[in-house]
Amino acid sequence: MSTSHPQQRQSLAALYQPLPIRRTMFNVGMSAIAFALTGLALLPLLAILIEILRQGLPHLKWEVFVSLPAPVGVQGEPNGFANAIIGTLMMVGFASLLSIPFGVMTGIFLSELGQGTGIANFVRFITTILTGVPSIIAGVFAYGVIVLTTKEFSAVAGGFALSVLMLPVVALTTEQALRLVPTNQRLASAALGASRLQTTFRVVVSAAIPAITTGILLAVARAAGETAPLIFTALYSEVWPEGLFSPTPALSVLIYKYASSPFVEQNQLAWTASVVLVGLVLCMSVLSRLVTRRRFN
Amino acid sequence: MILSKTTIKRAITTSVVTAVVTLGSTFAGLAQAQTLNGAGATFPEPLYQRYFNAIRKDFPDLQVNYQGIGSGGGIKQLTAGAVDFAGSDTAMTDAEAAKVDGGVVYVPTSGGPVAVVYNLPGVTNLKLSRKVLPAIFSGQITRWNDPRIAADNQGVNLPDQPIRLAVRADSSGTSYIFTNHLSAIDPYFKGRIGANKAPKWAGKPVSGKGNPGVAQIVKRTPGTIGYVEASFATTNKLQSALVQNKTGAYVAPTLQEANKALEAVEFNPDYRVTFSKLGDPGQGYPITGLTWIMVYKNYDQPAEADAVKKMVQWVLTKGQEINDDLGYTRIPTSVANRVIQTVSSTVDSSGVTSR
Amino acid sequence: MQERSEQASNQFRAGINLEITTAGEENLWLDQGFTWLVRSFAFGTVILLFWLVWAIFDKAQPAIQKFGLSFLWSQDWNVADLSFGALPFIYGTLVSSAIALLLAIPIGLAVALVTSENFLPPSVRSPLAFLVELIAAIPSVIIGLWGIFVLTSFIQPIQQWLYQYFRWIPLFSTDPSGYGGYGMLAAGVILAIMILPTMAAISREVLLAIPKELRSGSMSLGATRWETIFGVLLPAGRSGILGAALLALGRAVGETMAVTMVIGNSPTISASLLDVGYTIPAVLANEFGEALDDLHIGSLMYLALILFTVTLLVNIIAVLMVRLIGRQGKMPGF
Repeated sequence: MSTSHPQQRQSLAALYQPLPIRRTMFNVGMSAIAFALTGLALLPLLAILIEILRQGLPHLKWEVFVSLPAPVGVQGEPNGFANAIIGTLMMVGFASLLSIPFGVMTGIFLSELGQGTGIANFVRFITTILTGVPSIIAGVFAYGVIVLTTKEFSAVAGGFALSVLMLPVVALTTEQALRLVPTNQRLASAALGASRLQTTFRVVVSAAIPAITTGILLAVARAAGETAPLIFTALYSEVWPEGLFSPTPALSVLIYKYASSPFVEQNQLAWTASVVLVGLVLCMSVLSRLVTRRRFN
Repeated sequence: MILSKTTIKRAITTSVVTAVVTLGSTFAGLAQAQTLNGAGATFPEPLYQRYFNAIRKDFPDLQVNYQGIGSGGGIKQLTAGAVDFAGSDTAMTDAEAAKVDGGVVYVPTSGGPVAVVYNLPGVTNLKLSRKVLPAIFSGQITRWNDPRIAADNQGVNLPDQPIRLAVRADSSGTSYIFTNHLSAIDPYFKGRIGANKAPKWAGKPVSGKGNPGVAQIVKRTPGTIGYVEASFATTNKLQSALVQNKTGAYVAPTLQEANKALEAVEFNPDYRVTFSKLGDPGQGYPITGLTWIMVYKNYDQPAEADAVKKMVQWVLTKGQEINDDLGYTRIPTSVANRVIQTVSSTVDSSGVTSR
Repeated sequence: MQERSEQASNQFRAGINLEITTAGEENLWLDQGFTWLVRSFAFGTVILLFWLVWAIFDKAQPAIQKFGLSFLWSQDWNVADLSFGALPFIYGTLVSSAIALLLAIPIGLAVALVTSENFLPPSVRSPLAFLVELIAAIPSVIIGLWGIFVLTSFIQPIQQWLYQYFRWIPLFSTDPSGYGGYGMLAAGVILAIMILPTMAAISREVLLAIPKELRSGSMSLGATRWETIFGVLLPAGRSGILGAALLALGRAVGETMAVTMVIGNSPTISASLLDVGYTIPAVLANEFGEALDDLHIGSLMYLALILFTVTLLVNIIAVLMVRLIGRQGKMPGF
């Protein structure tokens, strides 16, 4: 121990020497690059939000929430997108009515009934694949099976297309939520003589409700912003939506139409509608985050 | 558990509110009057939006919704039975109309010039001869400072830039009117591209959806040239080229010149026109077209048929006054009256029960 | 199952206490009904996918029979002559997605590292990660709106500059003037913005799932932070990060609205990124509502089928890769 080799002593001394310049430079340089890139990543978000607020806020008056879009070139008429707000709510509502029961039940199957079986793995695999279905494909599908059969562009067709996109999100988040409920609770419930139905709903599902709500909110937020599945299923309309079986306007489609319009008034309305839509969607996303945070912390 | 209960409450409240809004608007709609849904050409879209905004005030129980999705789209959706009427700048062909159970009635509503719009800062009143215009759109002239363009525009400073075509991404009657004219005056264009609703252009054009899409591209992009219905050019302050007509004069796409061009047009007994005659009119602005609404002969419900008659009657009488305002040509009163007659006698709700 | 049927027969055999038996049987019925209900809903989800594939496949038949596989490499798209080929759209989809990945992978990894390493206090880290993920919540059509009015005017001078000084590189060999910023490059940048949250979030979870011992081990051997990252962390998370990139790719390939709004919609194949292009989702959005002829509809459906197959394959591989790392550590949620 005391008679140490000269070479060994040297390498021991290296421990006390500062890091070679090259390694320090690499370390500091990479940190700088990483931070720069992170800043770059935040740039578009800020740019988009600032632009939406800058362009959209000045025109955000009460009038836009209560009136119909005015035809181009008509002066002095109230201009708004109340019909599109109602249309979006209708279609997202209809899509929720379809996708939430299927999604939650599928989630229950994956986590409770089929747990660990080959069938459950298969169902999970299919559901995961469904999350990857491009939104335009959902629109093509809904056009083929609903619009061509009912011979009508409708809120039903639009809602159906949206529900195809919502279903897997609801199913997978429900499954994850249910899995977080400790097995002991299930066992305790069963030991007290509860049936499977009672255990599942009174114990497991009710404990997981906040997390399931999060999943549903996320799915609803996603659906509210979708455009591609609606352009040839719900089409659009400049008048009040009148029922589930007629062409129905949506905020997202309004933005698409008015964004590529040459008329400045319509461009402005697109920005204003963006403020409303982004507000709606971001609120739901942030809300769902908060619900989850509170639960897990 | 407390958290979950409030969440349940919140979830229930949310769904109840959604349901109320959904159902409420549904019932509100049911209580309301007849709605007609139409779709098709974007060429007359600004006009139709005005029509149907005004018609709502004259007939509170009649709601008409028109969506500009392109002429081809209008015909498709009419054939599929997904709309109550379609708008198109080419009228349906006999083969297309044969696919509709019970047949259709053609209702001409207006006409208008197709403006050749361009974006060259500082260049106004660009003149395009009968040789140059087809050559640009068939890819034979590719730069703005080409001597052939310069020959028509003495003293104009043309930039040394590539010419970018702005065309339609969708199937369009405006494209048909435009290529119909170019095919009529230039054999090379006819052979290479031809008169078509969805032509396959030479080169690498930028394409936008509908007249609005093309107008936006030209408006925002220096160096582009495209074609849109003239009212899109005027309302957006786009530069329109002066186009040479059969007599050799360079004319602007104005309402007056369009009326001159349409003077000679004769309507067939079914109110369509022969397009080969429309391709190169003897006077006025040479690229001028008409646009039609196509309605079914048979509707499912009497109320629908009545609403259609009401709409046609209004459009061809009171509506025609709006045409002038927006720079569209009127349908001659004699023709309009005959169309109203035909519609009121042939459109009904009998016969075919299922479309 | 075995247990339950035994239980049932026991109850039948007992048969004395009527009340209990009835109650038990009712419960049993309810329970079984519930089981079947849940099963049938789950089955419905599975059916949905097959229904979707079948509906598209069925409508694509005319085009499949007419063109067969040659559809994939035919370049012609002429509605008037009813001759259709998918190559320009496949090319545009792949190239715009590739640009997006090239931009999003380094940036996404940087975000993942900054928010998973201890560069910053935890109170800054998670809000930062949350902000980046927030981009995913902005609807695609609004990003497209921003693309038309802001990004294209920003990108146009860059394109001119690239053309001016680097036109000898085939990638920048065409004159972008007159396109107003629309084109492949703008589409790629827009897509990069949209897939960045996917890339960043999943890579972050993958990095967090790597066992602490690996990091400590490397540090205690004297490696600096970045030597640890490059020598230990990234190799350990390789399959998960690759999976994240593939999931991001899957999203880019299927993205419709924002791309349609900025790519220029021109079915051309060009090596230059300064040219305009077209993608499969964009052509579906533009032409599907108006396709009249069965062959035109069939060709669009055929395109949809190709798009679906590509996203399917990409997603399956991605899911398997992310699961691979999930096995070793904690399962990253996505």
